[in-house]
Amino acid sequence: MTARVGVVVFPGTNCELDVVWAVEHLGGAAELVWHGRTELDGLDAVVVPGGFAHGDYLRTGAIARFSPVMDAVAAFAAAGGPVVGICNGFQVLTEAGLLPGALQKNAGLKFLCAVAEVRIEAVDTVLTNQCSVGDVLRIPINHFEGNYVCGRATLARLRDEDRVVARYVDNPNGSLDDIAGVCNEGRNVVGLMPHPERASEMLLGSADGVPLLRSLLVAAGLRADQPVAG
Amino acid sequence: MRFDARVEVTHLPGILDPQGAAVERALPALGYDNVGAVSVGKVVRLSIDAVDAEAATAQVHEMCARLLANPVIEAYRVELSVAEETIPA
Repeated sequence: MTARVGVVVFPGTNCELDVVWAVEHLGGAAELVWHGRTELDGLDAVVVPGGFAHGDYLRTGAIARFSPVMDAVAAFAAAGGPVVGICNGFQVLTEAGLLPGALQKNAGLKFLCAVAEVRIEAVDTVLTNQCSVGDVLRIPINHFEGNYVCGRATLARLRDEDRVVARYVDNPNGSLDDIAGVCNEGRNVVGLMPHPERASEMLLGSADGVPLLRSLLVAAGLRADQPVAG
Repeated sequence: MRFDARVEVTHLPGILDPQGAAVERALPALGYDNVGAVSVGKVVRLSIDAVDAEAATAQVHEMCARLLANPVIEAYRVELSVAEETIPA
């Protein structure tokens, strides 16, 4: 059965169609989920995509976390459903308490729009189950607030529990411990600053996002051996 | 009663403050080489109706913890004063 991925849309989200395209390109089905929705019926996975949810007023993700859909996302995650936050979606998930830490302004105070190399550090998550530890992927970053921070105890725990999912090879934004992505305890909620959907086809300059998105589809129920394009 | 609240949100000590660091680096260029510990934060002003100052303060602190500040990276300070009465119609 085709995995059905819900892509959350807040006012100000702007990467939802890229995610929909990439999911469908890889053989999944995608559905936009307006932020006022209070259920996620029929969905096998949820992506909180990039953009500027609610204008990112106050702090990135600070207002978005109170959108009605976030209670449904939290319940979906608590039930073990795969949830991935990309860029602004990562920020929303940290504000919502579904992932630890926070993302603040880049250390260089510059908006970064570039291709970053990230090394996959954990492969038993919903976003990396089709990767190998040590894989280096070239994936675009596009953010002003991608500088991951957390308390010392949280960082120790993330390391001990192997919850740093990806690290930058050459840290572009000052992130603590070069962190580009982390997961929750259940490993079914992952946040990643780089945009795999923008590296889902060679025409875009890189197809290195494909193993990540395919991992999500696998987690969402698509059989790994089902032929997918890309 | 109506109160005015002023909430000051700053970086937690020990959390890198990129804006504060940038300002701190810029000041010596203007000849101010005796300045340190620069921190850039934000101020939220609001008015609030409550039965007394204690209730107002408690609510503002609650709003800080839930929305106005992110306790992972930010500290906050609340100042409360009685609002100047508006002229009755």
